[in-house]
Amino acid sequence: MSKEALLAVEDLSMRFGGVTAVDEVSFTAYARDITAIIGPNGAGKTTVFNCLTGFYRPSAGSLVLAQDGKQFRLETLQGYRIARDAGVARTFQNVRLFAGMTVLENLIVAQHAELTRASRYNFGGLFGLRSHRAAERAAIERAREWLDLIGLTARANEAAGNLPYGAQRKLEIVRAMCTGPRLLCVDEPAAGLNPHESAELARFLVAIRDRFGIGILLIEHDMSVVMGISDHVVVLNYGQKIADGAASEIRRDPTVIAAYLGEEEA
Amino acid sequence: MGWAPRLKDAALAALVAFALALPLAGFQTADTGQGFTTRFDWVAIAAGAAFAGKLLLGLVPRRFHLRQRAARRTALPENQAMPIAGAALVAFAVLLPVLPFSSRALVDLATVALIYVMLGWGLNIVVGLAGLLNLGYAAFYAVGAYSFALAAHWYGLTFWEMLPLAGLLAAVSGILLGLPVLRLRGDYLAIVTLGFGEIVRIVLNNWSPVTGGPNGVNDVPRPTFFGMPIAARAPEGVTTFNDFFHLAYNPMQRVMFLYYVCLAAALVINWFSLRIRRLPVGRAWEALREDEIACRALGLNPTTIKLSAFAISAMIGGFAGVFFAARAGFVSPESFNFQESATILAIVVLGGMGSQLGIVLAGVVLATLPEFGRDLAQFRMLFFGAAMVAIMIWRPRGFFSTRAPSVRLDPP
Amino acid sequence: MAYFLQQLVNGLALGAIYALIAIGYTMVYGIVGMINFAHGEIFMIGAFISLIGFLVLGALGITWVPLALLLVLLLAMGFTAVYGWTVERIAYRPLRGSFRLAPLISAIGMSIFLQNYVLLIQGAHEKTLPPVISGGFVLMQSGGFAVQVSWLQLIIVGVTLALMAAFTAMIQLTPLGRAQRATEQDMTMAALLGIDVDRTISLTFVIGAALAAVAGLMVTMQYGVIDFFIGFLAGVKAFTAAVLGGIGSLPGAVLGGLLIGLIEAFWSGYFPSEYKDVAVFAVLILVLMFRPSGLLGRPEVEKV
Repeated sequence: MSKEALLAVEDLSMRFGGVTAVDEVSFTAYARDITAIIGPNGAGKTTVFNCLTGFYRPSAGSLVLAQDGKQFRLETLQGYRIARDAGVARTFQNVRLFAGMTVLENLIVAQHAELTRASRYNFGGLFGLRSHRAAERAAIERAREWLDLIGLTARANEAAGNLPYGAQRKLEIVRAMCTGPRLLCVDEPAAGLNPHESAELARFLVAIRDRFGIGILLIEHDMSVVMGISDHVVVLNYGQKIADGAASEIRRDPTVIAAYLGEEEA
Repeated sequence: MGWAPRLKDAALAALVAFALALPLAGFQTADTGQGFTTRFDWVAIAAGAAFAGKLLLGLVPRRFHLRQRAARRTALPENQAMPIAGAALVAFAVLLPVLPFSSRALVDLATVALIYVMLGWGLNIVVGLAGLLNLGYAAFYAVGAYSFALAAHWYGLTFWEMLPLAGLLAAVSGILLGLPVLRLRGDYLAIVTLGFGEIVRIVLNNWSPVTGGPNGVNDVPRPTFFGMPIAARAPEGVTTFNDFFHLAYNPMQRVMFLYYVCLAAALVINWFSLRIRRLPVGRAWEALREDEIACRALGLNPTTIKLSAFAISAMIGGFAGVFFAARAGFVSPESFNFQESATILAIVVLGGMGSQLGIVLAGVVLATLPEFGRDLAQFRMLFFGAAMVAIMIWRPRGFFSTRAPSVRLDPP
Repeated sequence: MAYFLQQLVNGLALGAIYALIAIGYTMVYGIVGMINFAHGEIFMIGAFISLIGFLVLGALGITWVPLALLLVLLLAMGFTAVYGWTVERIAYRPLRGSFRLAPLISAIGMSIFLQNYVLLIQGAHEKTLPPVISGGFVLMQSGGFAVQVSWLQLIIVGVTLALMAAFTAMIQLTPLGRAQRATEQDMTMAALLGIDVDRTISLTFVIGAALAAVAGLMVTMQYGVIDFFIGFLAGVKAFTAAVLGGIGSLPGAVLGGLLIGLIEAFWSGYFPSEYKDVAVFAVLILVLMFRPSGLLGRPEVEKV
């Protein structure tokens, strides 16, 4: 069964002054796959993410996202367009929820583009245009479904900042999903979670992938999560790719083991 | 805590107060020449007050410390009393001119209060909702006032013609301010807006051929009642309001009319600002305030969000400027200095950034304070400066720190 | 040519004064990441204390210039430093860790408070001081125009350079300076390593205030007239200088100060002087738009 490429990263490089954080990294993330990017600290994983999601402009290389006949060159798109037009959503290493806004509001903001359209750039909305009201109801319903999925419906009207850490992480993922992405980039989702919570999160990601058919790009240190759910693993070290393949191959790869020497992960 | 450390703390406070008070309060320079008088009694009072104050503060048990109580950040549930209080306030405002204790001065004062409230709501959009600290808001106020005054002076345009135009011009100037500050962070953005405000004031003050320089423009017309001026006499061929309704002219009528126009505008702006919070752009403003990076990651365009905040808040400032000019009958640059911007900021901060009602109360208090004795007026700004510091420490979200969510999930 | 040189001389002296105030802004921004909006008022308070110092010394009969100058310098620096310390303690320390805008709004409130405080206890009228140091020399003559340099101007520039050298040495060589640099880099880590972060920050404010007091003293002597409002404009311009030079950089603050002084002097010399402040604000806006890290600062990379 040939896999359909979703994201093609080719010779991606990122230089900051004299430091090369990412050095000609190439890999492909396939549609409906969970691709993990792993590597020791400082390997350049989050930098790759930041290049993909428009927070850094790559010094060199190309990032091509292609699906359903549409193609997007992410290295040329302006930051917010990557989420809005290309459909690449992300979560952050340090959870970045809108802490002072409610759980529900976080999910409604994520549906901003659609709601703006339906409200005719807010003017229609100002005067109670019916299509806007319908769109808002639909947005709330979509949010409710997601909240049901993660068990936060009862806390929908609470401030997002008051949720326990694990719930915040899940909410952030759900918020990213509310933008209707093609590719979901998740940055260390298991950080700070205990093994039980990590396993639950791993199942959650697989469930999302199965139900919505999106591609997931995952940075993670927790090897049980990585080995458990990844279809494909890319290993970085000192900004370069040192391995690329199925999880089972990577586990036994001597270069990978050497890179991690001294760092024990189950 | 034992008495020895408490006394030591209090003594330290007294020493600091002494050092602060001695040079400036202890010696008062004369207004002219090199004379000065000593006022060491003030220094002693300051030191004593500090000693007593610190001692008393130290005696308040820990659990009553206000700062710790306010530390939790929550989106508090919607305050049920708000709509009722609001309705009562509106009713009072509508009836004000015809109440028995009313007078021309009172209605005029109420008009001033309304203008400040509108300015507060306007600034609240950009500071309270979008979290962009604008220290030059008086510039938009000035744009509105001056464009009306100058258009009337040079081209004979009327109040009603200029109201929408002035708002539009102010909105444009809002965008012009917004463009350079798009990529600036909080502190830098604030300073640049301050610079912008000063630039506008300096230009208005010095471009005499066009703006009238320091003297300003002093023939600003009043609003007409469907084209009929409210006046004792009118130019040839123009019917006055009084002629039409067969009423003797009374200055109170003019003041009342302007008051009701302002009240109507204020109600519209109130409706608008409440409504816009529930629209995508309003939520986007609040999201931007919370975390701009997360906004970008969700596909929100920070540029349009920021520019819309600047434009809309500027537009409201512009409207307020037109009312200001119409009420005073003249405009001059000194009404639009940094002190004015700071005052409006004080209204938003003290009233509670994001709270409609809080801003109303703060605006009314601020407008009426000078009336309670001329002496108090001197202390007004001193009080507001201290209050701003205190509010940030004690209740950063202002006195009315409820943040009502813009949308709720009700049980199915 | 001579006219040009005169503007140059004037600009450098003015710039030195801005530099002294700018150092305070840049040091505070470097260590706590906020603009001390009240710093301009601290400068104004320094000017007032200097003026009062001269008046009191004069009344006490101490008129020998070098002694009076030294005494006023120490008194002004000392008392103004207390103001600087108090402002930090009351308005900023409690807000460490609060939401983004809180320290800035508090600073604005503090600035308003201090301005009105001086207004109330000293009156709105401007205060004057007869010249303390007068005279100078003619640098050169050309085409009937004599370029004059006053002793005071030389003193101002000299003192500024000396203070800058002293503080650079202090930052690089002393434990306090090391503590300051560490706290600037990573406050939490510095605290964990045993650095008294509170004291380090307080000292930063105190030093900044003392330098602003020196600037206040210079201004009092140079112009002979002050009022409660001088802090506002001087503060914004000095902040512009700090940004121009590169916020967080000490030599940047001095460089920026000198440049702003020169810009102002040259503008007044060749263009309508009513708009000289507009020129400075325009510089601020342009620098922040196109090179926010300033001339000597390092570009900040956004951490996501």
